[in-house]
Amino acid sequence: MSITILFLAVIAAIAAWWLSQQRLTAKPWLEEGPIIATGASSLPAAKIGLGVFLAVVGSVFALFISAFLMRMDMAEWPLLPAPKLLWLNTGVLVSSSVALHSAQLAARRGNIARVRSSLLAGGLLALAFLAGQLAAWRILMAAGYFLATDPAAAFFYVISGLHGLHVLGGLVALGGVTDKAWRGVDVSQVRLNVELCAMYWHFLLLVWLLFFGLLLLA
Amino acid sequence: MVDATIGAAEGVSPAEVEDVELYHPRSWLTKYVFSQDAKIIAIQYSVTAMSIGYVALVLSWLIRLQLAFPGRFSLIDASSYYQFITMHGMIMVIYLLTALFLGGFGNYLIPLMVGARDMVFPFVNMLSYWIYLLAVAVLVTSFFAPGGPTGAGWTLYPPQAILSGTPGQGAGIILMLVSLILFIIGFTMGGLNYVVTVLQARTRGMTLMRLPLTIWGIFTATVLALLAFPALFVASFLMLFDRVLGTSFFMPAIVEAGEHLKYSGGSPILFQHLFWFFGHPEVYIVALPAFGIVSDLISTHARKNIFGYRMMVWAIVVIGALSFVVWGHHMYVSGMNPEFGFFFATTTLIIAVPTAIKVYNWVLTLWQGDIHFTVPMLFALGFIVTFVNGGITGLFLGNVIVDVPLSATMFVVAHFHMVMGVAPILVVFGGIYHWYPKVTGRMLNDKLGNLHFWVTFLGAYAIFFPMHYLGLMGVPRRYYELGETAFVPPSAATLNVFITVAALVVGAAQIVFLFNLIWSLFKGRSAGGNPWRATTLEWQTPKTPPGHGNWGEELPIVYRWAYDYSVPGAKQDFVPQNQPSVQRAG
Repeated sequence: MSITILFLAVIAAIAAWWLSQQRLTAKPWLEEGPIIATGASSLPAAKIGLGVFLAVVGSVFALFISAFLMRMDMAEWPLLPAPKLLWLNTGVLVSSSVALHSAQLAARRGNIARVRSSLLAGGLLALAFLAGQLAAWRILMAAGYFLATDPAAAFFYVISGLHGLHVLGGLVALGGVTDKAWRGVDVSQVRLNVELCAMYWHFLLLVWLLFFGLLLLA
Repeated sequence: MVDATIGAAEGVSPAEVEDVELYHPRSWLTKYVFSQDAKIIAIQYSVTAMSIGYVALVLSWLIRLQLAFPGRFSLIDASSYYQFITMHGMIMVIYLLTALFLGGFGNYLIPLMVGARDMVFPFVNMLSYWIYLLAVAVLVTSFFAPGGPTGAGWTLYPPQAILSGTPGQGAGIILMLVSLILFIIGFTMGGLNYVVTVLQARTRGMTLMRLPLTIWGIFTATVLALLAFPALFVASFLMLFDRVLGTSFFMPAIVEAGEHLKYSGGSPILFQHLFWFFGHPEVYIVALPAFGIVSDLISTHARKNIFGYRMMVWAIVVIGALSFVVWGHHMYVSGMNPEFGFFFATTTLIIAVPTAIKVYNWVLTLWQGDIHFTVPMLFALGFIVTFVNGGITGLFLGNVIVDVPLSATMFVVAHFHMVMGVAPILVVFGGIYHWYPKVTGRMLNDKLGNLHFWVTFLGAYAIFFPMHYLGLMGVPRRYYELGETAFVPPSAATLNVFITVAALVVGAAQIVFLFNLIWSLFKGRSAGGNPWRATTLEWQTPKTPPGHGNWGEELPIVYRWAYDYSVPGAKQDFVPQNQPSVQRAG
């Protein structure tokens, strides 16, 4: 559970930092009268909501990876030949994230044309990543590694599958934003959505890099 | 993050404060059924949770009938007995207590108590309820599935949960796991709302340190749940793969009836780690809202400010953080490294410190208070006593050396029923008697309420006190019947009959409560806006029950903390949070 504890320690550190800004040593029984700042963040609620959601998803992946590592420490851990294709997929996912980052920058600068093209590129690259992951699954299956063959294969299918489902879910949201951007709305109306998509994409990239790294180390 | 400066210090002009766009329902269907109003969602959550809770109550009757009169009732055989205890536990812990405290109380109280118009993501909030309802429906379906619901115990330990000897091995366990996964998805949607609403939608003047403790409890519990439920999600998900797709995450190589099963190399201990990594925080997911609510009930009904408000807040946060590093105390008998046992025993005992601080502060709040023995107050007092009782046996069980001989006995059953069954349920009742007037505009009947309290409170002790004794005698838990056992004297059977009679009576009292809820809806005394003369914002709404959007034209402004009761020299013995200055007598 060390990975999970580490993850929770990070969350706890963020929570502690946030709480330290909230005047928890105030003596509310002495403070009568209006207080101007409630301590609420100036960030939009949607962004904070996504941040909390990513903490939940992060917790899910941290636990899956913990289970993966704990199982690895036990006897009978077979080796899984990681298909070379995964390197290519990783590159595609990185470029998808880069595309969304540039969409975010363009949205801040107010360049709607750039936003549109970057969103489209990011979405297509994410689709390519998913196709690549499916191809990697087929390579493994052709080599005789099925879901129930051994624990290494099972963990790989489950974690990469769940990651893929999260990418797919992100694509639904991204599709909506892209559609909105192409309909010729003002850039200010999509800026927040683009930023949320970029945040989600970077998070999924980070999860994938961690998992892929552990897979190579194993 | 930069602190938002909302308004100016001297004389806040309401026009400068941004108000939220509210979703306005257009039809009866979107107003009362597919409603995005947190108050309606709260009622939907509460009614669903209580309905399924009554099913679990009936199951507990059946369990007790079997234990008192083994083999007397033909509808309870060994399989159905295990199915009843599994469903009773699972429903009570997750589908009733978690859903009621967070989905029910959370939805109703958070927007009102922080001075918001609604939750921040109302559509997601609505989805949360419907997914919860679906989870409950899947759970109920398993009762009618071939082979019935799973009988693996509420902990669903593999490998036995998916082996053919366990009742409900066919469809039951699959439906159970699917239902849990749905519950967690639905809860996450609601949880995002509860957290972000407390963070971002507090009205002007409502700093964190002015929040009522109810909100602190619900907020912290939600954070715990958001981080802990993923462990149950992962455990359920992987077990579903083991059961349906033949993977071996948790399943070791097993020979069943002379035949090698397809599983090999999985780890049942891995499941235990995941399950209890959720399971222990779950105790506090239920306890922290109870702590918060009880603080507010005691302060209001004793007309006294809460003692040590800051301590209470810090204790909630510390308990929440500690609850993530004690899960191993549920696994002392799993054969784990004794060094780990020492670590987990230490962390477990440390939790007693902030918890004891809270108990002292409740008692000191009562000290020299103007105590009104209203029904909510009776339940709150009942909670303190019960929680101390259950907590002290927790100190016993937290020690490895005491836990090992007691762990599979009725002592554990008695302990956790006191501390996380009876205690939080008393707060649920106290909370319902307290806020029912706000939700419906009518008071619950006092006489029936008193009857309900005394029968439930004394009855619960009649049930669970003797059960500790049974456990110390060595009566094992999870046994369908004891039969002839050398170390269990015949008097244990007599005691079991006594416990069962008490359980039947306590159950009947809950039917009185149900009757009271329905009867008072039509015939209850009209409550007015603030029948308890309470300070918190939900009692200051322009309308009772609060209308759509909660507040009239303008959001309230908060000038003080939530506990200005019996302020010296004040005209009234309470000063609402939104009252600018104390009106002096004379």
